[in-house]
Amino acid sequence: MTVLAIDNLSLALPKLADRTYAVEGLSLDIDAGETLCVVGESGSGKSMTAHAVIGLLPSAVKPAGGSIKLAGRELIGLSDGEMRKLRGRDVGMIFQEPMTSLNPVMRISDQILETFESHRMFNAQQRMRRTFELLEEVGLPDPKYIARAFPHELSGGQRQRVMIAVALALEPKLLIADEPTTALDVTTQAQILKLIDELRRKHGTAVLFITHDFGVVAEIADDVAVLQNGLCVESGRAEEVLQKPTHDYTKRLLAAVPSLTPPPPKDLSGEPDALIVRNLHKTYGGRGFFGGGSRKVVAAKDVAFTIKRGETLGLVGESGSGKSTVGRCILRLIEPDDGFIKVGDTEFHGVPVRQLRPLRKRIQMVFQDPYASLNPRRTVGRIIAEGPEAQDVPRADAEKRARELLDLVGLGASSAHRYPHEFSGGQRQRIGIARALALDPDVLVADEPVSALDVSVQAQILDLIQDLQKRLGLAILFVTHDLRVAAQVCDRIAVMQRGEIVELEPTAQLFANPKHPYTRSLLAAVPGAHVKVAAA
Amino acid sequence: MKAFFKRFARNKGAVIGLIILAIILAAAVLAPYFYPTSPWRMVTRPFLAPMAMDGYWLGTDALGRDVASGVMHGARVSLIIGLVSTLTALAIGIPIGALAGYFGGLLDDALMRFTEFFQTIPAFALAIVIVAILQPSLFSIVIAIAIVSWPPVARLVRGEVLSLRSREYVQAAVVIGQSTPRIILTQVLPNTIAPITVMASIMVASAILLESALSFLGLGDPNMMTWGYMIGAGRTRLIEAWWISFFPGVAIFLTVLALNLVGEGLNDALNPRLSREGG
Repeated sequence: MTVLAIDNLSLALPKLADRTYAVEGLSLDIDAGETLCVVGESGSGKSMTAHAVIGLLPSAVKPAGGSIKLAGRELIGLSDGEMRKLRGRDVGMIFQEPMTSLNPVMRISDQILETFESHRMFNAQQRMRRTFELLEEVGLPDPKYIARAFPHELSGGQRQRVMIAVALALEPKLLIADEPTTALDVTTQAQILKLIDELRRKHGTAVLFITHDFGVVAEIADDVAVLQNGLCVESGRAEEVLQKPTHDYTKRLLAAVPSLTPPPPKDLSGEPDALIVRNLHKTYGGRGFFGGGSRKVVAAKDVAFTIKRGETLGLVGESGSGKSTVGRCILRLIEPDDGFIKVGDTEFHGVPVRQLRPLRKRIQMVFQDPYASLNPRRTVGRIIAEGPEAQDVPRADAEKRARELLDLVGLGASSAHRYPHEFSGGQRQRIGIARALALDPDVLVADEPVSALDVSVQAQILDLIQDLQKRLGLAILFVTHDLRVAAQVCDRIAVMQRGEIVELEPTAQLFANPKHPYTRSLLAAVPGAHVKVAAA
Repeated sequence: MKAFFKRFARNKGAVIGLIILAIILAAAVLAPYFYPTSPWRMVTRPFLAPMAMDGYWLGTDALGRDVASGVMHGARVSLIIGLVSTLTALAIGIPIGALAGYFGGLLDDALMRFTEFFQTIPAFALAIVIVAILQPSLFSIVIAIAIVSWPPVARLVRGEVLSLRSREYVQAAVVIGQSTPRIILTQVLPNTIAPITVMASIMVASAILLESALSFLGLGDPNMMTWGYMIGAGRTRLIEAWWISFFPGVAIFLTVLALNLVGEGLNDALNPRLSREGG
């Protein structure tokens, strides 16, 4: 039985947008108990599709044709009141960000009860009973305790489970999941995917799953629709699309998904050590205003590693494992409590901040968020030239160098006088890399440099980083949560858990023979690891 | 820049405010041209009603001084005091807020307690005391208004800087070895201009109100004709000669309203994402 039938749907964008339609001529069908994954890169119109179904389109976007039928009933043109009755009862939705999709000042139980109340279902007792049943069904431990808790007392994964409980409270026919696991750690992601999969089997719910991650698709999809710039370029059964893609764009996207098989190792024997870290400690908190009482978080405990010239060391772990803190401690952006840091032949620890400034050029950083890491009020040329200027290079030379670097990272010297907002995410990340290279560093700390980018762009940036490493002999500390990315770029990988390095091995060895149980659980949680995906 | 004006113009109130402001500004600039003699001079008989005699459209006050001349000359004083005292307040508030927000810790605590010290004293009472001690003059009034109006600026800038400080581009500036004053001046402060501009436009309005209130109490500069003074002087004859207080009152009302409208428009134009939908 078809639950959701979208036929020839077009959504018109406002006049000044870069294209006329957010989604054009889209047709989809989902049967009861099936999962349809809509895949695409940012701006492909995949979220707009989901929002059109649940009637939450931004006011500037208007349906321009076609139909959306839920169990035979036309949704386009329904009044707000009718749509409101439908939401929750017939369609449930899970959002991307579990941190912000729950009301922080309401208890969990009230947020679930609210759903029943707004649809005037059951009496008070039945509502309460149903709430506990739901919390139990989504696998939350101790539902009595969770029901009384506030959102901030729960972890990200637990919150997403609550969101699922809310979405499924009235047993809707259709569940829309808009990137529900993107903000979660891999192990949590695996659990949430499994939960959604189990629940739709049990209740026969149709699932419209929006994602950018082909690993996730491989994990849960029955059907797939690939969107590119608002057009559906390919759709079909999941196994067919993944293994025998017919459209070029699908092939390109699949090829851009990094494989878990590492490339052959580089020969680094005889290269000198570029970065030595020993005995690095950092603990947060423990110093409350009224003395004691506050929580201590160990972000780095006896961390030690060495990176050779031309080598990439991956630092992987889940959020809160302390991997970013270690990167920042080495740069002395955060003051470590204790530790030995040596960059080339210069000791970096214990140097007073004033004398540190000229030494900073030896070690540079590429940041995670290409939208936040460039000052919006300075031109790109200035942003890159600022580094050498801070190190007393004359302004004219620094600007000449900036133009050379823009060429080197593939943007062209002419982009020097433009502002960051004129560039795409991938291009901005290239600017960030150029800024880091402007000081000719020996060591580069890359903190999740590709996690905010689409897969195809991700692949280009990774290529660029590796190419630059080869040409400039950089030692790179590559902080990431993504094991696929780590497998492709890192020579050795250090796995971090609660501030400690639990395993440090050459990449191939780590993937073939993980020794620590935590490493094993991380590897097992990589979505789509066991599913064969067509290589181009 | 073009997009900025477009967004500004979409707010009809802001455009009206800008027009009113332009008219007041013109009045201030053209005052010596229309009324070359001092507004204090007695020109004809007192208590002349508006429109009662050609050339004295807004009537005259208890001493036979031309109300229209007073309103136009008063515009100069009001605008100058509003502008200069706001700039002075910004000059005090921005550095304090920036230092507190950027360095945090003890310095932040010290500077914020200092700020709170000023915030806990009723602003108007403090202004009166300062003007009384320094003797009423243009200078002392500007100082008094600046001293009572900088704390909100410091608070605003501190909040902005606190959030900007942890931005990645600020960290990037640390990593490339830029000096701290340079980071604050080139990376952090330029990104706080939008909220400061909006706040400044509202501050000019409240400074004008404060100055009027001081003049009303007789603490204005004795050599300058101001709107507040005119209202204060006319208040005893409010029933029989309403126009003496009424016209300067309207001038204050329009100026403050216009500045607030412009402030709102600036807010919409500088924070396009926060502006009301379809507004």
